[in-house]
Amino acid sequence: MLEKNHQNSGAQKTTSSAADRYQVIGKPMPRHDAWPKATGETIYAGDYKRPGMLYAKALRSEYAAAELVAIDTREALAMPGVAAVLTAKDVPHNETVTRFGQTHTVGGFEGLYRVLADKKIRFKGEAVALVAAKTLAIAQAAMEKIKVTYKPLEGVFDPETAMQPDAYPVGEDASNVVCSYKVRKGDVAKGFAAADVIVENRYRTQMVDHAYLEPEAGVAWLDDDGVITIRAATQVIEHFRGIADVLGVPQNRVRVITPMLGGGFGGKEDITVETYLALLVQKTRKPVSLTYTREESILAHSKRHPYVMYYKTGATKNGKLVAMEARLISDAGGYVYLSPWVLLYSTVTATGPYDITNVKVDTFTVLTNNTFTSANRGFGANQPCFAYEAQLDELAKKLGMAPLAIRRKNYLHTGDALASGRVLEHAVETEQTAVKALEALGPPSRPRSDRQRIGQGIASGISPYGRMMFLHDTSRSFVSVELDGSATVRCGVQDLGGGQASTLAQITAEVLGIPMEKVTVFHGDSSLTPLAGTTTATRQLYMSGNATLKAAAAVRQNLLRKAGTMMAVDPDFLDIRDETVFVQTARKPWVITESESGECQVTYGGDRGDLIAAEMCPDPDPDKTLPLRDVIRAAAADGIALFNVAQFNAPARELIDFKTGQGQVWPDLTFGTVAMEVAVDIETGTIEVLKLISCFDVGQAINPLSAEGQLEGGAVYGLGYGLTEDIILEKGITLTPTLSEYLLPTAMDTPAVRTIMLQSGGGIGPFGAKGIGEPSNVPPAAALANAVANAIGVRVYDLPVFPEKVLKALGRI
Amino acid sequence: MKTYPITIELNGEARNTDVSATETLLDVLRNKFDAVEVKNGCEQGDCGACTVMLDGKAVNACLVLALQASGKAVTTVKGIGSQTSPHALQRAFVEQGAIQCGYCTAGMITAAKALLDEKSTATTAEIRQAISGNLCRCTGYKKIVAAIESVAKKEPATHKR
Repeated sequence: MLEKNHQNSGAQKTTSSAADRYQVIGKPMPRHDAWPKATGETIYAGDYKRPGMLYAKALRSEYAAAELVAIDTREALAMPGVAAVLTAKDVPHNETVTRFGQTHTVGGFEGLYRVLADKKIRFKGEAVALVAAKTLAIAQAAMEKIKVTYKPLEGVFDPETAMQPDAYPVGEDASNVVCSYKVRKGDVAKGFAAADVIVENRYRTQMVDHAYLEPEAGVAWLDDDGVITIRAATQVIEHFRGIADVLGVPQNRVRVITPMLGGGFGGKEDITVETYLALLVQKTRKPVSLTYTREESILAHSKRHPYVMYYKTGATKNGKLVAMEARLISDAGGYVYLSPWVLLYSTVTATGPYDITNVKVDTFTVLTNNTFTSANRGFGANQPCFAYEAQLDELAKKLGMAPLAIRRKNYLHTGDALASGRVLEHAVETEQTAVKALEALGPPSRPRSDRQRIGQGIASGISPYGRMMFLHDTSRSFVSVELDGSATVRCGVQDLGGGQASTLAQITAEVLGIPMEKVTVFHGDSSLTPLAGTTTATRQLYMSGNATLKAAAAVRQNLLRKAGTMMAVDPDFLDIRDETVFVQTARKPWVITESESGECQVTYGGDRGDLIAAEMCPDPDPDKTLPLRDVIRAAAADGIALFNVAQFNAPARELIDFKTGQGQVWPDLTFGTVAMEVAVDIETGTIEVLKLISCFDVGQAINPLSAEGQLEGGAVYGLGYGLTEDIILEKGITLTPTLSEYLLPTAMDTPAVRTIMLQSGGGIGPFGAKGIGEPSNVPPAAALANAVANAIGVRVYDLPVFPEKVLKALGRI
Repeated sequence: MKTYPITIELNGEARNTDVSATETLLDVLRNKFDAVEVKNGCEQGDCGACTVMLDGKAVNACLVLALQASGKAVTTVKGIGSQTSPHALQRAFVEQGAIQCGYCTAGMITAAKALLDEKSTATTAEIRQAISGNLCRCTGYKKIVAAIESVAKKEPATHKR
C-alpha cells in the first residue's frame, strides 16, 4: 500500500527519491491540451455547429415566489421560424427526485426536481418555457411573446426565518428544513466549565457564483441511429440516465459528450442545458443549440450556500481547545439539489483540522425563495473554515498567544481522530504547512503612509477528496498500445480545465515507459469511453488516475511477460524506460494489489537491495535490451491483449449515524495553510493584499505545473470570496447579475501567489497523490479576514470583507 | 431589417458580409466568419474573453459594432500564431502552465500581444494593467503574468511596431 510506503520509509518522503524513481511523474510539463488552447483550436461546447441547427432560449420566471396560473404560448408558436415552444405539460416526466449517487442510490434525502416550472415558482430564474427557432433573434422574439400569468406570493428569503414553524412554505411540504445533522463528542458543558477563556460569535458567509468564463452551453442532435446526442459543458456525463428518465426513453438512447470545459467549479455539476436540449431535439428532431447569457448564468445556475454560523469555543490558558459548540444554518434556495450533502461536508469539517475534547455541532439546510444553491468548489468546507479560524484567532488574542502557537497546540496529526470519530490513518501534515507558510510570509512590511495598517493572518483548512464513501464510488479506464508504440487512453472523465485528462496521459506514459506525447486521451463520452464518474469532489486524479494506472499496469504486465520470453529473463526483472525494455535489478515492478474488501490499488513495488536482486535474478545482464515496439509487435502476433479496461473501486462504507455524526464519510482528506499579509487604508477601508502564501501537502505532484496552478488558482478563487464576490439578493431578486457588479479578482487585485508544496507521498491517489483542486480554495478567505483583524484590531464577521464593513468595524461610519 | 456591406481583414484575409446596424464584431466573427476562437464570455465588455486586435489595438469584440470595424484589420489568436508557427507568447503560455481551462487564453494572449507590440519591454505592473480587463477564473494570473514577462524580457527586438 502506498501509505505503508510513506509510513515505513522516511527516505521515500523526499522529492529527490520521487524524481529518481519516475520518468514522467513529478516532472513539470505542458499539458497535452495546452497547445490547441493557446492557438484557438479547442472547440468548446458553445463553439460547435451542426447543419440545420436551431437556436434555443429559456423563458425564466419574473418572480421568486408565485403561483404559476397560466401560460399562453399560441402567439409564440405561430411566429414564422419557430420550431417548438415547450412548457411543463410537454415534458414527459417533468417531476423527478434528485437522487444522490450516479449508480448507488442513497436514501434519506430526496429533493423534488422540476425540469420546467409548474404550479409554484420557487426562485427567480426558474425556467418556465423553452423555445427553439431558426435563429437566435427569432427565439428571443418568440420568448417575449409567451404570456405567463403569475400570482405573486409572499415568499421567504432568510433561512433563519424560513426555519420557523409558521414560515411561508417554499415548496409543497409544510417545513422548509431540508435536513439537519449532529456531531456529538464528549460533553461541551463540562468542556466550557473547564475552559479559562471562551469566545462566542456569529459569522456569516455570502452567496457566490462560480463565474467560470464559459457560460453554460451545448448542442444536441439525433444521431444516425436515433440516439439523442448532447455535446455540452458538464461535469457529469452520467446525467444521461436522468435525462433519459425525463424523456421517457431507455437510458442507452441518450448519449452525453463533454468537450473541454471552460471551467466548472461545481456549477456544471447539476444539469444545466442538457435536458432542455434533449427535449427540444426529441420534439423537433433537429439539432438544437443553447448557450446561456452571462446574466442567465448568474440567475439560473446553482450558487454557493450562504451560511449563518454561531460558534462558541473554549480553551485552557495554555491554549488547548476543550470545547467547541457550533450551529450552522445554510440557505438551500428554491430547490434541494445537493444541499444535504454540502451540509454534511460542513458538519464533519465544522471543527477544522483540530483535536477538540468536547464537541457539539448542529447543522441545518433550509429552503428559501433565493437562487438555488448546490456544489461550489469546497462543497461546504469553506464556510466553517471562515468561522473556526476566526475563533482560533479570537482565542489567541484573549490568551496573548500567537495565531500559530495556539494552532500548534491543537492540530490533528496522523493517527488522530476527527470529532466524528474517523481516525486519520493517512498523512496529516497541517502543522508543517502552517509553519512553512508563516515562515514564507516573513516579517511584516512597513506601512507606506500613516493611513495604512499592515496585518498578517493565517488559516488552516481541512477538506476531503473523493466522494462520500456510502456512494460506493467507481471509475473505469481503458489503456491500449498501438503497433507503432503509441498508446491510447479512453476514459469518461470530464476535463474542466484542471488537467483531468492530461494527467491520465502522464500516468500512462510513466507506466509504459513512453513519452507523454505518444499518449492520446479520448475522454468524456458516455457511450464510447468507459464511465469514470463525475468530475466533482476532487476525485478524478484519485479515482480515474488509479483506474488508468491499473489498466496501464495490466498492459505493461502483458508486454513484459512477452519480453521476458524474448529476452530469456524473468519478467519480474524487466522495466521499460525511453521506449526500451531493459533488465532492472534495482527495484520491483508495479504490483496490482487487491485488499480483502475488494479495493484495488496499483503500487510501486519498492526498492530491493542489490544483494537480493543478484540472488533472485537469473540473468541480471544490464546490457540486455529490446525496443518496446518490437515487443508490442511480437505480442500482437501472438494474440496477446494489447489493451485493458480497469475499474477502480474506492473503499466503501455505509451511511454515518446522522444523530451523532459518528462514522467515516470520505476516503481521505487534504490539509493546508494559507498565510496572507494585507495593507488596510483606515480612511477608506480598502484592502490591498501584499503577500499570499499557499502551502499544502499534495501527497505527490503528478505534474508540478498543474499542481501549482491548482494552488495558485484556488488561492485567488478563495481571495475573491474574502474580498469582493457577493451575489446580492433582495427578496429573491439578484442585484448583481453581471460581471461588472459581481466582482472577480483581476490581475490588478491579485498578488503573485507563492506556493509551497509538501509531498508526503501519503495520499491514496496514484503515486501517493492527494486531491487539491477544492482544498486549495478553502482557507484564503479566513486568512484574509484574520489578516485584516490583525491590521486594524477589530474583526469583520461577515464575508466578503468589503471596505464599508471595515469602516463600520472601525466605528468610522 | 436594413443591412450594410462590410469588409474586414481577418488575420490577413479580406472577408465580406452584410450586417445590421446593431450587430457586434463578436457576432460577425463567431457566427458569420466561424472565428470561434474568439470566445463569448459575457457580451458586456466585462470579461475580455472576446479580445481581438483592431488595427493593432486590443478591444472587446462584443463592444465594437461590426460597422465600426469595416475597413479595418482584425487579428485573433489564430492570426498571432499556430502550432506549426507559434508566437513566443503562445509558446510561453504552454510551457509555463499559464493555461488551464483555456477559455480566457485566446483573449489573454491577444491582449498581451497588443501590449508588447506597443511596448516590448513592459514591466510587471504594465502587464498586470494591460490584462486587467481579461478575467481568468482558473490560474490566479501568476503564471499568465510570468509567461508574458518572459517574452517581454527575452525578445524585446521582435515586438517593435
